[in-house]
Amino acid sequence: MSWKIKALKKSPWVFHVNTGACNNCDIEIVNCLTPKFDVERFGIKLVGSPRHADALLVTGGVTAQAAPRLREVYRQTPKPCVVFAIGACGCGKGIFTTGYHMVGPVDKIIKEIDPNAIIAYVPGCPPKPEAMISGIVKALAAL
Amino acid sequence: MSVPPNILFWIIVIPGTVILGLVASWIVRKVSALVQWRVGPPFLQPFYDVAKLMGKEILVPQDAHRVVFMAAPIVGLAGVILLSVMLWRIIVTETAFLGDIIVAIYLMVLPSLALILGSSASASPHASVGTSREMKLVMGYELSLVLAFIVVIIKTAALVEPGQQLSLAAIAQHAPVFSISGMLAFLVSILCIQAKLGFVPFDMAEAETELGSGVLIEYSGALLAIWKLMQAVMLVALPLFLVMVFLGGFSADLLTGLAKPVGILPVGIIVLLVFVVAGLLARFNKYIDILFLLALIAACLLAGLGKYVLILVLLILIKNTNPRVRIDQAMKFFWVYCSTTLVVAIILALIGNSYSIGWL
Repeated sequence: MSWKIKALKKSPWVFHVNTGACNNCDIEIVNCLTPKFDVERFGIKLVGSPRHADALLVTGGVTAQAAPRLREVYRQTPKPCVVFAIGACGCGKGIFTTGYHMVGPVDKIIKEIDPNAIIAYVPGCPPKPEAMISGIVKALAAL
Repeated sequence: MSVPPNILFWIIVIPGTVILGLVASWIVRKVSALVQWRVGPPFLQPFYDVAKLMGKEILVPQDAHRVVFMAAPIVGLAGVILLSVMLWRIIVTETAFLGDIIVAIYLMVLPSLALILGSSASASPHASVGTSREMKLVMGYELSLVLAFIVVIIKTAALVEPGQQLSLAAIAQHAPVFSISGMLAFLVSILCIQAKLGFVPFDMAEAETELGSGVLIEYSGALLAIWKLMQAVMLVALPLFLVMVFLGGFSADLLTGLAKPVGILPVGIIVLLVFVVAGLLARFNKYIDILFLLALIAACLLAGLGKYVLILVLLILIKNTNPRVRIDQAMKFFWVYCSTTLVVAIILALIGNSYSIGWL
């Protein structure tokens, strides 16, 4: 394993992208940072710019308005990076499957611009913070 | 001083400062976590962060001025490393040159200047808002900082022997904090250092929540790693400077008692080794982290760095107990309240000088 991947596993900084989620998943993401779960133990930090990020936490089933923004955010993230589709909507549009304004899900949009993108799925409506932490651990183990 | 320790000093000073800076930034994060009742990051976290950023892709914005964008972090890091080398040289070898106070003041501006240059070259609206805030902040605290040094210079001018030059080495032999004017100047300059480090009451240039890390928003990969290293080294250099200017340096006090006979340098090396070994052990025990933090502070006290730790902890506690202020509030604070306080302090120091009253 190269030192780059090893260091990446020890400090994955995450950037939070909302592509039309109902805010439940967003609240649960912020929950991970509270003293109860405290993801800073694993070096995980929420950053304010995609250029600092190693992982994108994408919530929501990608509306038509949000899709170009999601592509742009992915292009601006320095590689190597991981994309997390958080929640039922992120994984497969959830209850909005037949919505006229939904162009997602997340993996379809990301794979349009980068077919080799690493995408991890954390289902749930909303997923529990434990589920997200477990998803991140599994995705990093697979790197 | 004999030749071998001298060579050892020049070899060890830059990596040592960078490592000490990363350890200090771990202390900042760990103590903040403990204040917020969390566990906090492991000891090697800042090292992992920098290593990871070094291995990432560097993205340069399309409209950015490439040369300034790439050069700014290097200029900032070089400036702050130069400052800390200067300070360590005065501490370890007790030699100084004429006018080093002015050089130190200039070198202390360099990181902020590099930050302003780099972020304004990055062609981002968020970064430009951050830049304008950083500029206003620099204008705000720089006046107070220079006035605080003028108090110290006035206090020291009365105390130096006739032949001695008024340099940092001479200033470091006296502790002006044990007088009214010196105490006022010390308190104000702690707040100025807080603003220089971009710590919380004065972090409006980086404002995570509104500007998305503001001035640094467009930086990625190795360039961001250099900014992080710069901020880490600033955590060493600026409190060290305060210790030298206000608290009487590292000589002639109770805390250096143990370090004096063997010399500061060997003790420093041993302490650094203890840090690294204990850090590697930290992963085997759940509570060793907190024990390690306490051991670290104890080791610092033994190595004569007690005053440095005191200032660092003060900065962290101010950081954790205050909300972010607006830029206009910060400027009003520095220009109206801090400057007025310092003008009073200068008048007191001058009165104390002419009537030779030591405690004024």
